Amino acid sequence: MSSGQVTKRVKYKTSVKDAGTPGRLSLVKERLLFRPNNPNSASKLDMQFKYITNHRYTKEGSNKAPMLNLTSNQACRALAPPVEAPNLGASSQVPSEQPSRDDLLFRARLLQDSSELQKLHQQFVGGGVLTEAEFWATRKKLLEKDSNTKSKQRGGLKSSVLGESKPLIDGRTNRVTFNLTPEIVREIFSEKPAVHRAYLNFVPSKVTEKDFWTKYFRAEYLQRSKNIAAAIAEAAEDEELAIFLKPDDILANETRRKIRRVDPTLDMEADQGDDYSHLPDHGILRDGSKEVPEPGNELYRRTLLQDLNRHAAVVLQGTPIDEEQLKDTQTVAEALERSKQERSTASKDDDSMADQERLKGISQAMTIDDLRGSNDHHLAPLWIKDPRDYFDSQQASSFRTSMEATKGSMSSQEAYGLLRESISQIKSMGLNHPIVAPEVAQKVLSVLTHNISSTKYNLGKKPGESLLDSLPTSVRDELLHHHISIEELMKHFWSSYPITTKYLNTKVIKLKDEMSKMDSQLQKLKETVQPDIRHQITLLIRPMQQALEAAMQHYDAEQQKRASKAREKPNGYS
Amino acid sequence: MATLPSKPIADDVSLLVVLIDTNPFFWSTSSSSLNFHQFVSHVLVFLDLIVRLSQLNQIVVIATGHNTCDYIYDSSLDTDQVTGEGELPALYSFVLQRLEEFVDKDEKLGAKQEGLSEKRASSLLSGSLSMALCYIQRVFRSGPLHPQPRILCLQGSPDGSEQYVSIMNAIFSAQRSMVPIDCCYVGSHNSAFLQQASYITGGVYVKPQHLEGLYQYLATVFAVDLHSRSFLQLPRPAGVDFRASCFCHKTTIDMGYVCSVCLSIFCKHHDKCSTCGSVFGKAQLDAASDRKRKASES
Repeated sequence: MSSGQVTKRVKYKTSVKDAGTPGRLSLVKERLLFRPNNPNSASKLDMQFKYITNHRYTKEGSNKAPMLNLTSNQACRALAPPVEAPNLGASSQVPSEQPSRDDLLFRARLLQDSSELQKLHQQFVGGGVLTEAEFWATRKKLLEKDSNTKSKQRGGLKSSVLGESKPLIDGRTNRVTFNLTPEIVREIFSEKPAVHRAYLNFVPSKVTEKDFWTKYFRAEYLQRSKNIAAAIAEAAEDEELAIFLKPDDILANETRRKIRRVDPTLDMEADQGDDYSHLPDHGILRDGSKEVPEPGNELYRRTLLQDLNRHAAVVLQGTPIDEEQLKDTQTVAEALERSKQERSTASKDDDSMADQERLKGISQAMTIDDLRGSNDHHLAPLWIKDPRDYFDSQQASSFRTSMEATKGSMSSQEAYGLLRESISQIKSMGLNHPIVAPEVAQKVLSVLTHNISSTKYNLGKKPGESLLDSLPTSVRDELLHHHISIEELMKHFWSSYPITTKYLNTKVIKLKDEMSKMDSQLQKLKETVQPDIRHQITLLIRPMQQALEAAMQHYDAEQQKRASKAREKPNGYS
Repeated sequence: MATLPSKPIADDVSLLVVLIDTNPFFWSTSSSSLNFHQFVSHVLVFLDLIVRLSQLNQIVVIATGHNTCDYIYDSSLDTDQVTGEGELPALYSFVLQRLEEFVDKDEKLGAKQEGLSEKRASSLLSGSLSMALCYIQRVFRSGPLHPQPRILCLQGSPDGSEQYVSIMNAIFSAQRSMVPIDCCYVGSHNSAFLQQASYITGGVYVKPQHLEGLYQYLATVFAVDLHSRSFLQLPRPAGVDFRASCFCHKTTIDMGYVCSVCLSIFCKHHDKCSTCGSVFGKAQLDAASDRKRKASES
């Protein structure tokens, strides 16, 4: 599925009566390909879309086997998936993709790792309530996690210049040995596009790889030895060597383009990572000798600054190829070429836009904000309603809301009169003595203390101790398992609404049966548990039971609605 | 009241601001187990208790009426120390006198609006809470030596959902100033606002089951000063009703829409927030129901 095609297992029939040959039907960019399982069989199909004049397929929800019938200029062909497609039932709405072997292995591993998941899996998929596909459909994230670890993150390039490691110079046999690894190759190709181009052009047609690199390193050696005369001499002889010695013309073009695009506004930000100055010679091997520029030899010289800048630019740009592609020189070269092509097609359009943006950016950066008139048209003015409006509207709305509360309404005069009476009663009679009867006081005290002590002992003194920990482990495990399974059921149940196909309907019915089973299980749990923890268990179970109830109520309501709608239809469709 | 300057205020001195509910419509319809004069007698004895617990204790009584609120008694004011007349101790007679005056005032204010014959059953709790908090702020600014203030709310009337925002504002400012709001609710159903108030500010909420023993509840739970609360266990309610009321109709709701800019709550979908004016996008629910309709038609 990753290379832009869709594959399905089907049987290919030339006519309806034909038994059909099993094989695979793939949908590539503009054609349908059919390859039978048995390579010796003659029935192959390779049809481009433009030749197909008509196609028919069996209606969803009908009882016939699903078939796709293609008519074209050439012939009429029919394709049908094999009858033994797993768990499809009468019609297939579920994507019956065959999970790849890797996926299956990964799923098995996930199940092994988590016993919770395994129990859930056994309970639902084993019990026939959910199918494998549905079970794993909600866990896509888990499955994808693995593929993500092969991740989009690539390692960055090293800051040190790899290509400048000192070669082994053997004085006795007069040999200089350079080391070459794919990473060094990558660095060389990224930093010196002319070399890259030369490689692609010359290897393997004109020179072998070994020769190519020998010449390259010879050029490097010559450069390093600062023997310009020798360099010019050798360059005159060997044109490839000349390429390596001359300044890089691709680079020059790019640099010219970049200079045009430079933002004249400064953005000064440097941190320690930019501090390469503490490495001797900035990490690049140089002799201590002074470089005296000679006229006419400018073409063959490379300065430290040029190398350093080029390396830095490449490192900052990052690496466009993966670690895996660093296998050998050829692949590295091709990969870099591909990425460069992509980038160049993308950047061509950007150039004209970039100019405009650059101009806009310059004008924005150069204007001084203080001197400009204020134009906050891009900010909406803050407007908060006057709070007095809110409080004034209380009067109007509160009259409406409090109507139910005033039953047996007394006129306000009477009400105030009552109050006044009470006050004068106290004044005249004085207070009761005692103010509270002793039995009542006793009752109140005991109620209060009971209340306080019950909350104190039952809600746990330590903040870390939770209610679940105080239950016996078997009960706790059962509770947790019930909770997880109910969660899973709920997820599947609510995601199947609104019910549009028969498949969803059957799924919902199965789920509902499972839910009523769970409900009775919870009830049983409540009854069999010990009496001293029964109250807490009830409190814990209550939300689960409420969720189950809500789901079942919804189901019943939908059924009723359906039934009434069906009755309304004149033809009696259901 | 002159405090001894050399002695610092002791730990267990409290400044108690009591908010008494004098809503006539509630008291006229309240159940027989507690009528207004029993209620007032219990409260008076309780006030006396607080005053006697420590010489440095102060109490302030604010009456929550139907149309207005007012300060009834402030033990720190010199004008409020009067000699007793008749059988009742000075404190009681003074408070009763002032209560009566307050009820008259409340009635007079109510009479002005008598043209509208509807009656609200709720009292002006937000007003009295604000008055209490203002008083406490004044005490805070009076100097370093002051007793620890707390608010005790004796309420019976149901919540007025139109006062939701003001009550919540008062609660949050109490939380900010670290003033606990205790509540003893003598009405019939639990009050969501007061439960939230106690929960947020760290106070105690009690709905007494045996109203004839109201004084016992008050003395056991609410007489405890703030310092002692750290080593005494006080009853806590089992749950708190966190429902809010919506801004458009002022009804109590538990499911609604919230503006993501100013957090105002609405009970149904609006195109524009009425508080801050931000425009809302199409509701998710409408889009989903459109898809549903299309799917069922096809």
